[in-house]
Order: sequence, then C-alpha cells, then structure tokens
Amino acid sequence: MNEQISPEKLTAKDFASDQEVRWCPGCGDYAILKCMQRTLPELGLRPENIVFVSGIGCSSRFPHYMATYGFHTIHGRAPAVATGIKLANPDLSVWVVTGDGDGLSIGGNHMLHVLRRNVDLNILLFNNEIYGLTKGQYSPTSRQGTKSPSSPYGSVEGAVSACRFALGAGARFVARAIDTDQKNMPDVFRRAHENKGASFVEIFQNCLVYNDQVFGEFADRSVAKEMQVHAEHGEPLIYGSDNDKGLIFNTKKMCIETATIGENGVTEKDILVHDETNLSLANMLVALEPPQMPVVVGIIYANPAATFEEQIFGQAEERKAIVGKGDLKAIMSAGRTWTVT
Amino acid sequence: MNIQNPPKDGTKDLEFEELESVVIRFAGDSGDGMQLTGTQFMASTALAGHGLSTFPDFPAEIRAPAGTTFGVSAFQIKFGSGRILTAGDEPDVLVAMNPAALKVNLDVLREGGLVLTDTGSFTARNLQKAGFEENPLKDDTLAKFQVIELDVTTFTLEAVKEFDLTKKDAIRCKNMWTLGLMLWMFSRDRIPIIDWLKAKFENVPQIANANVAALNAGHAFGETAELSIELKRYTIPTAQTEPGLYRTVTGGEALAWGLLAGAKLANLSIMFGSYPITPASPLLHILSRLKEFDVTTFQAEDEIAAICSAIGASFAGALGITSSSGPGIALKTEAMGLAITAELPLVIINSQRGGPSTGLPTKTEQSDLYQAMYGRNGDAPMPLICSHSPGDCFYTAIEAVRLATKFMTPVMLLTDGYITNAAEPWKLPDLDALEPFPVSFATTGDAEKRDHVPFQRDKHTLARTWAKPGTPGLEHRIGGLEKDIKTGNISYSASNHQKMTDLRMGKVAGIVDYIPKQEISLGKSDGPLVIVGWGSTFGPINQATRYATNEGLAVSHIQIRHLNPFPKNLGAILKGFDKVLVPEMNKGQLASVLRDKYLLDVLPMSKVSGQPFKVGEIVHKIKELLEG
Repeated sequence: MNEQISPEKLTAKDFASDQEVRWCPGCGDYAILKCMQRTLPELGLRPENIVFVSGIGCSSRFPHYMATYGFHTIHGRAPAVATGIKLANPDLSVWVVTGDGDGLSIGGNHMLHVLRRNVDLNILLFNNEIYGLTKGQYSPTSRQGTKSPSSPYGSVEGAVSACRFALGAGARFVARAIDTDQKNMPDVFRRAHENKGASFVEIFQNCLVYNDQVFGEFADRSVAKEMQVHAEHGEPLIYGSDNDKGLIFNTKKMCIETATIGENGVTEKDILVHDETNLSLANMLVALEPPQMPVVVGIIYANPAATFEEQIFGQAEERKAIVGKGDLKAIMSAGRTWTVT
Repeated sequence: MNIQNPPKDGTKDLEFEELESVVIRFAGDSGDGMQLTGTQFMASTALAGHGLSTFPDFPAEIRAPAGTTFGVSAFQIKFGSGRILTAGDEPDVLVAMNPAALKVNLDVLREGGLVLTDTGSFTARNLQKAGFEENPLKDDTLAKFQVIELDVTTFTLEAVKEFDLTKKDAIRCKNMWTLGLMLWMFSRDRIPIIDWLKAKFENVPQIANANVAALNAGHAFGETAELSIELKRYTIPTAQTEPGLYRTVTGGEALAWGLLAGAKLANLSIMFGSYPITPASPLLHILSRLKEFDVTTFQAEDEIAAICSAIGASFAGALGITSSSGPGIALKTEAMGLAITAELPLVIINSQRGGPSTGLPTKTEQSDLYQAMYGRNGDAPMPLICSHSPGDCFYTAIEAVRLATKFMTPVMLLTDGYITNAAEPWKLPDLDALEPFPVSFATTGDAEKRDHVPFQRDKHTLARTWAKPGTPGLEHRIGGLEKDIKTGNISYSASNHQKMTDLRMGKVAGIVDYIPKQEISLGKSDGPLVIVGWGSTFGPINQATRYATNEGLAVSHIQIRHLNPFPKNLGAILKGFDKVLVPEMNKGQLASVLRDKYLLDVLPMSKVSGQPFKVGEIVHKIKELLEG
C-alpha cells in the first residue's frame, strides 16, 4: 500500500506495473518508459492521481506498463477521452501517449482541438515516421518517397511536421525530446507537467524494425553535438562539438541560418537568444530540418494561457454566484404553469 | 373519448360550436414566425386547461427562399377536453399565411374544414412561386372548404402604423394579428401572450408595442367583423385530468430534466459531450444553460470526440452522457464498443430522424432500431429503452441513468425528432418521491481486503466495480483489448475471450430481472389482435385502439419501453393474441426483432413519409385485419 509512503520516498519501481513490457527488443519506447517511471517520483506526483490515456499503436501500450490509472482507448481518440477525464476531475494529472499515426492521422482532428482549447494535458507524441503495429506502412510524418508495403514505389505525400502542426493549432507549450537522450528528457517531462494547459511534446523515437535510424542524421550520438540545438530560455542557441556554432537571424531573408562563432565576423552576441514565449521564433525553430540545418530540441515554446477547464468551471461558478445552486423543482415550475384541482 | 370527428372518411359534419377537440395548423414561410405563433397558441391552450398535443413540422433549410413550397413551416396543434395523444390527423382549421402554405397543406385539411388566408400575400409573384397557375381563391380549388379571406397584411400594417416601423418589421407582426384572431375564436386570454411579448422584446419596446397592437387588432377584428362566412367562437370543455401542477413540456426539456434528476438520484455529476445535429441539439442547448447544476457540457469537435469525452468522464467517476441523431450515432459506434468492453456507465441518446445518410434531418422516423440493437462490431450487447411522448422522456432518462450505473454499461435511449420538438401538458413530477439509486465507488479499504478490486463483480448484476482515479490502491488499466476476467489485464487467451463474451451478453440479458414487466396499455390480455408500439407511435396507436374498441372491435395495445432486454413476460403476452401488428416509422424493424426473438408471425405496418402515423391509418388497418 503506497499511500503510507510520502511522495518523496516513491521510486521508479512504484510507477512500474507488473505487466511484461512487450515492445520489440531495442525499441525506443523502452527508453521513454524508463525515463517516465524515473521522472514521475521527482515531480511529487502520486500514482493514484495520474492517468495515462492512449489510443492505438505501439506507443499506446504505454499505460499498461505504468502503475497508475490508465485507459488504452481507441485509435486516435485519446485526446477526446482525456478531455472528458479532465472535465470530470480537473485535479488529475493526465498524460496522453500517442504516435504519429494515432495523433496526426486518424486522430489529427482531436489533436487540433485539444491544443486550441488548451486542455490541461501532457501530450507525448512518439514520432517514428512509420506505422509499426500494422507492420510498416508510411505514416503522415514519413518523408516523401518513403518505401513501405503500401508505398512500394515511394510515398508521394508531403509530410506533416508535428510541432509546426501543434503551433498552428494554437498550442501554448511545444517541446521536443529524443528517445535516447535520457539526460534532457526528464526536464522536458517536468516542464510539460508544470505547464498548465495542453503541453505538446514530440519525441523522436526509433523504430528498429520498420524505420531504423530514420532520425540517425541528428539523433545518433556520433552527430548529436553537431546536429542538435538544445533550446534553453534566455540562453543563446549555440551548439556544436566545440560550442562554436549558433543560430542567427538573417533579417534580409527573414530566416534562420547557422554560423560559426569567430568566422566571418560572427561573435557570440550575434547568436539568437532563445525566448520560449516568442511564437515567431518558435515557428522558425521547429521548421529547421537536417541535413542542411540542425534540429532544435527542448522547450521551444511555452507561453501559458487560461486552461479550458478553468474557464469552463469558472463560468459555472459565476453562474452559481448569480442564481445559486441549481434547483430542479424551481426550474421545472418556472414559467407558465396551471393547477388542476 | 375525445374523437368527435371520425379519424377517417370525414363524413360526419363537425359541430363547430361544441367541439370536444380541434386541430389547427398554422402554416407560412419559414420567416413568418409560425413556430412562435403555434407555441404561443399552445401556451394559451394549456393555460385554458385543455389537453393538447403539438407537431412542429419545419423544413431543413433555415431560411428557404420566401414564398416557395419547400420553405413552408407549419405548427399543428390538437386540443380538447380529454387527454390528447396525437397532434391530429386532419386539421379542422388551416391558417395559411401565403399561397405556398396553402398549396402544401391543402391535401391534409379535412373536407369542410376552415381555411383562413392572408389575401395580401396572394400576389401574382407568390402564386407563381407556389406553383399555382390560377389564383386558388378565385377558382374551385377550395370548393370543399369554408374559406375566410382576410387581407391580414393590410390590417396589420394599419394596426402598427403609429409605431413607425420599417415596412419589413411591420409586416412581421402579421403572425400576431393572426394569433389575436385565433385567440378570439377560441375564447382565450390575451394577457399571458402580451406579457410574453413584452418580456421577449424588453429591449425594443417599439417592436413589443407593435406586436401587442397587432395581437389586439386581430382579436378586435374577430369581435367586430362581418364576413360572408360567419366567424364563430368555439367552446371546448376543459380536460379532466389528474389534479396537480401542470406545465407544457417538450421532449428536449423533459429529457434534460430527467437526466439531471437521474444523476442526482445516482449522486453523480454529469459530463455531457455532444456535437450539434438536428434534431438532437435542443438537449445540448438546454443543458448548456444549466451551469448552476452539477452538469458540465462540452461541445466536442465531432461526434466521436463527443462520446469519447463522455467515456473519459465516466472513467473518471462522473456520469458521461452523449446525444445525437442517426448519422452521428453511426460515427459513435466504435466508441460504444469501447464503453461496452470497458464496462463503464454511459447514456447515449438518439433523437432519430429520417435516414439513411443525411436523409431527412427535420422529419421524424424510427429507423435506427437495428442500428441501436445490432450496429457494432463484435458481440456488443447494449440495453435499449425508448420514450413514447415528450413528458415520458423525463422518466426514461432516469431509467437510462439507473440501468447504466447499476450495470456498468452504456445504455441507449431512443427518442425521435417528433418527441424532441413536440409539446404536451405535463403534470410536474414529485421529485422527492423518486427512489434514489446512489452509486458506491470502490474505496482504498476495498483494496486492502482483496486484489484486483476494479474487476470484481456484483454476483447478482454482474456489474464490475467502479474504481475512480484519485483513489489510492485501486490504480488499474483498462482498454479496448480483451481483458482477463480476473485481473483486467490484457488477455489473448481463447477461453478467456469466450468467458468474457458470455459474461457481457449475460450481464445485459440479466437486466430483465430488474425492469418492470410488460403491461397492457389498453384492452384485454388476449384476443384476436394486439397492436405493439414503441416510441412515438404511442399516441396514434392508443387513439386508434380506443376508437376501434368503441366501434366494438376486440383489439389491445401494448407499448414496449424496454427494447433490450424485452420484459420477461412479453413473449407470453404476444402469444395470447391471434395477430400481432407493429406499426412503426421504418420498414418493419421491431416486427422482425420480435419475430426473431419469439418465432411469431408478427405483421409489420410501415410508414416512412417523415410524418407521424395518423389515427385513421391505424384504425383502417385494424378493420382490415379484424373484418377481413
């Protein structure tokens, strides 16, 4: 019985269920699961106050492995189920686990609306650019030309960028993490949890079986330093093995470019300083793609606004303040009535 | 007995002065305010102590082009000295505000009935738009009827002259002038309508005063006019009804209040997730206003999100409710399966309309019974109940909440566009007399005594335990994958799936022991013919049975409320009759379900014209079956 233990004493084990984890050996999901089980005790959360909600797909098995409340729902609909959970009990910490197919294809509509409404949820989108559970078809985030069982000659569709989509939908918190990056992922989870409102986190997750190394050109350890920019609010967007590269803003072309400090007269002062409340900057940062540009990870945008639930419940409170608590008898007998004797 | 004029053949002359019941149909352009006129006339009728039933009959278009036949909106009301169960077969009085309204409604008017027209609207252009080659007021089109031709437009403009309205606004007072005349004709009090107008146009006193003036002018016209056909005043005895406090209620209102009452009896808050759709939206509108109650309304992005949010809310310990109509219910199908397998309480309300696909959004039908009964993947049983009248929605809503929470299951409540929008006088229920059925959630204490609490079952109802997030020690995971019967964890075991499927079927079938036995609405418990109804066919079937019985025919009426499972004694009752007739507004869905269940040669009687059954149609069928 863990209710006897104070939150500080909980460990990763208290958040791991007794179910055997059944992802493919080497799947990026293992790392994310471990990181979550490790991070939750540090957030001061208790298992009974947490709900993990998922849709369908490899990532959506996640709730079964957490010793919290969990709801493994139907394909694409986790954001809607989670919205209902928050409207029934806004005190719960609700985490949505979804994938690129679940969250951006069949459930794209729900993702759009849960973000614009700013429901207080932590949404983790495991992006592996492929349908894993149905055996390897291309997904909405697959790059054009992806060969798969359903696109044997290469897919002809343009890919959706998860974070550009989220920002376009009006998300007030957008962050990125990489499955293997256990150093930085906990902080992303912590910030997502602390943000009141819809926190959208894209996690680049490697599918060993159907799309191995799809993010290798920036996620692989050998290139990480040269190809990843870790955004930190108030800090210059510097990266590189020698911390000598940075992002600069070309005012004439209205775009972000890379530069090397010390070359062509560039000094550290020329490097863009990250402002996580700047939507224009966020839009530009999430659009940077390899191989020409490094990939920005970390907290890219965090600009909180009133949550959906607090506004909904606020209206109810205002109404109660005016008319008092609802009285059904009074409502039914209001207006025109007559008495038969 | 309140059928003075026979429902079919219309041969008996109407005694205008001493009617026991009258049917009036107000018809005009969508923009003429006919629904409003009808509603106010209904209110005055109710306040005068008559029994009544209404039928708002409007087009799908919000503002169809003026003057066209497809833009005609009508409101029919039947009122009289007894309990009135239908809005009437054939209007005795037709108020036609323009040629199109006359054209569309002429066929339904009783021979010898009264037509009141606004000649001011019978312009060449309007006649042409309505498809009249000649002015029907000038030829013999209306020969079978009594016609009162009044230039309502001119009278109205004259009446509101002093208020300096634009011509458009002035003409819009026409409906109140007409209402004033009708109030005079049926000896009604104008004061409540005047009060209502003043309240409605509180912020535009000029409009309020103009409408009141038009109403008074119409009334005064009745008192002073000398017409070629004498305008008569009719007296109709008041209804003999049970003592109590009454009001008029629409199905939408009664549903909303029933859900609030049911949730209170269950000691739960409501989370209502819905997406706008005709004709289900009134429920969303009504509940959205009631924020001072324990009800949260959520207008979701689509039908799927609406039901999923309700399921999420139920998982978290509230009462999830969703509401829609056929096409929306179709979209919710997969999620219903989730609620069935997760065994969460959920109330799904289907206000049926004409189908398939978009079908006839504003017209009524009962063609979603198969969908409700069978329309899901897998063996996915769900309890079904239906409402038979606007006021009945209050009680069926409570029953739906009771079954959903007692058995941890989604329940579908079937109503239809007719019931949702129609109104009837309603005796206010004694809320304190309703029996509470409070939900008890599992507690940490339960967890200390035994394992896997959330998947333990009540041995009688087979309902699983409801353990809500926030309760220490009861953390559990649930979902759409098959669950182990003991632990609720994912299980692919073949024998476990067999057990779980049997369990889900058995749980719903077992509800039969917790619902009332089937009663006979009218007539003997055996005999040559029983008419079986469900939902809104109650009124016409009951009236027809009453009428046929008075004619000396042996016929009974039973009305089924619980459609899945059926009451325990239903089969035995049906077997006591030689013939079983099921009139329904579809192609024979309940008839085939009954055949399947009881191996009986059930006779279907089908109508899918978007209009309710006429009493006369059913009487005719009874005679055909009994007299050969």
